[in-house]
Amino acid sequence: MTEFALEINNLQKVYDNNVVALKGIDLKVKKGDFYALLGPNGAGKSSTIGIIGSLVTKSDGTVSVFGNDIDKDLNKAKSLLGVVSQEINFSQFEKVLDIVVTQAGFYGIPKSIAMPKVKSILKRLSLWDKRNFQARTLSGGYKRRLMIAKAIIHEPKLLILDEPTAGVDIELRREMWSFLKEINKNGTTIILTTHYLEEAEQLCRNIGIIDQGSIVANTSMKDLLGTLNVQGFVFDLHQPLEKAPIIEGFPLKLEDPLTLVAAVNKDRSINALFSELTKLNIKIKSMRNESNRLEELFIEMVNSNEK
Amino acid sequence: MNQIDLRSYLLRWSILMKNNFSVAVSLWTLTVKEVRRFLRIWVQTLVPPAVTMSLYFVIFGSLIGPRIGSMDGFDYIQYMIPGLIMLSVITNSYNNVVSSFYSVKFQKSIEELLISPMPNWTILLGFVLGGVCRGVLIGIIVFGVSLLFYPDFTVANPLLTVIVLFLTSILFSLMGFINAVFADSFDDISIIPTFILTPLIYLGGVFYSINILPETWRSISMANPMLYVVNTFREGMLGVSDVSISFSLGMIIVFILILTSSCLYLLNKGTGIRQ
Repeated sequence: MTEFALEINNLQKVYDNNVVALKGIDLKVKKGDFYALLGPNGAGKSSTIGIIGSLVTKSDGTVSVFGNDIDKDLNKAKSLLGVVSQEINFSQFEKVLDIVVTQAGFYGIPKSIAMPKVKSILKRLSLWDKRNFQARTLSGGYKRRLMIAKAIIHEPKLLILDEPTAGVDIELRREMWSFLKEINKNGTTIILTTHYLEEAEQLCRNIGIIDQGSIVANTSMKDLLGTLNVQGFVFDLHQPLEKAPIIEGFPLKLEDPLTLVAAVNKDRSINALFSELTKLNIKIKSMRNESNRLEELFIEMVNSNEK
Repeated sequence: MNQIDLRSYLLRWSILMKNNFSVAVSLWTLTVKEVRRFLRIWVQTLVPPAVTMSLYFVIFGSLIGPRIGSMDGFDYIQYMIPGLIMLSVITNSYNNVVSSFYSVKFQKSIEELLISPMPNWTILLGFVLGGVCRGVLIGIIVFGVSLLFYPDFTVANPLLTVIVLFLTSILFSLMGFINAVFADSFDDISIIPTFILTPLIYLGGVFYSINILPETWRSISMANPMLYVVNTFREGMLGVSDVSISFSLGMIIVFILILTSSCLYLLNKGTGIRQ
């Protein structure tokens, strides 16, 4: 029994127009993981997902889903896999209920057996009231939910989501995060590609960064963020300031009169900063991390790969 | 057979049965989806052939037909009935599969099928069965309409008629599938039916026996594959044909086998559906 939900070795893809999308990537995702696959547009994320889901033909390399090689045991691998594609891929003229029941049927689950599961998923995703609506009449957010409902109806052990929250509002995004965390907790391995780096930072335990068809980082989120030399802290102040104070070793900037941002080097203690601020009679109401830490790293890695 | 062998045999048998059941469910699901699709748009799919064929029967059967006289010993309207049924069956089977399969490509819902563990032959069979259901249903509708204009019609060989009806639907559903695989735009799915299929059917003996043509045109007509389909069906319905029935049936079956192999090859290769 393999310990990996997904194993990719030397995966290559060259399209008919000679565009090299993947230059021989290696990737391993452990069972039960919540894994982020990040990369700029055209990096090779969708090609990788397409190959795993057999929507794209690979040029070379091997892919195994829970130990099932897609070249040798494709149908077994497919039965363990659920994919939420980037683009809407259901018939817009069918009813929501029919779309999900039909998808269950494609996995060999008859309607009578699928119905209780369909009902519970549609209810969980707030789609049950819209079950008799034609899919084309749904808003963008509900269409995204329907994509997820469709992908998990056969209870896949590995769920891959290609930018599932692209273009959805913050409330729905948070709802989706909660749902994904729940199914991951229940044992489903999740691989997520996203452009919202905050999303990856919030949800995922491990991360791979892909750029120009190569993996440039593959590590745990904690270790990756630990490579940051400087960490940003945001202080909400009790009283407004006119200009940022000058404290040696701690670059400070004033975002607005009541918000002070500090860059703290990894080898400096934040207690020292507090002491200095207290000496200057600056009272702190609350403090939080700057949330764009992953973004900084991402840009740094992609830029260094381009050089 | 000892106990371990028996257990292992039963386990293998149960896995095989489970897999076969899953495949049967997925095939049934796709076929029902296809049938539901053309029934949902019945005004576009079922009504037009009935209206068009009624016009043919009124104009060519009731008005012009009596002036033409008999054809191969039958009233002209009676002679036309098998041809017009075949015309409808062929175009509807073809159009059903070509438009449905191209639509799932266009809307990307083909991904629902490709991601699922359905074998490729099931995907092909599901679409073909959808085309056959529409073709056969249209055949029945047009036959019903024809009875309004010629109530005394009796089918000479019902078994042959039904066999040819199904084989023709299968054959043209497969052709429609290949057209859809290669189609890149909506223009591509109408070019072949409009510029190739329809002229060949009209020139394939729908309205006349090739025996009335001059020798040269009769020889040229023999190269038209539609002639064999239409005449085999006419043999079933009226008991007359311009061609050899066993040869025609053989050729239809050979073409079905060739086209099935081609469709499966294209699906396995991913032509037009996988990047």
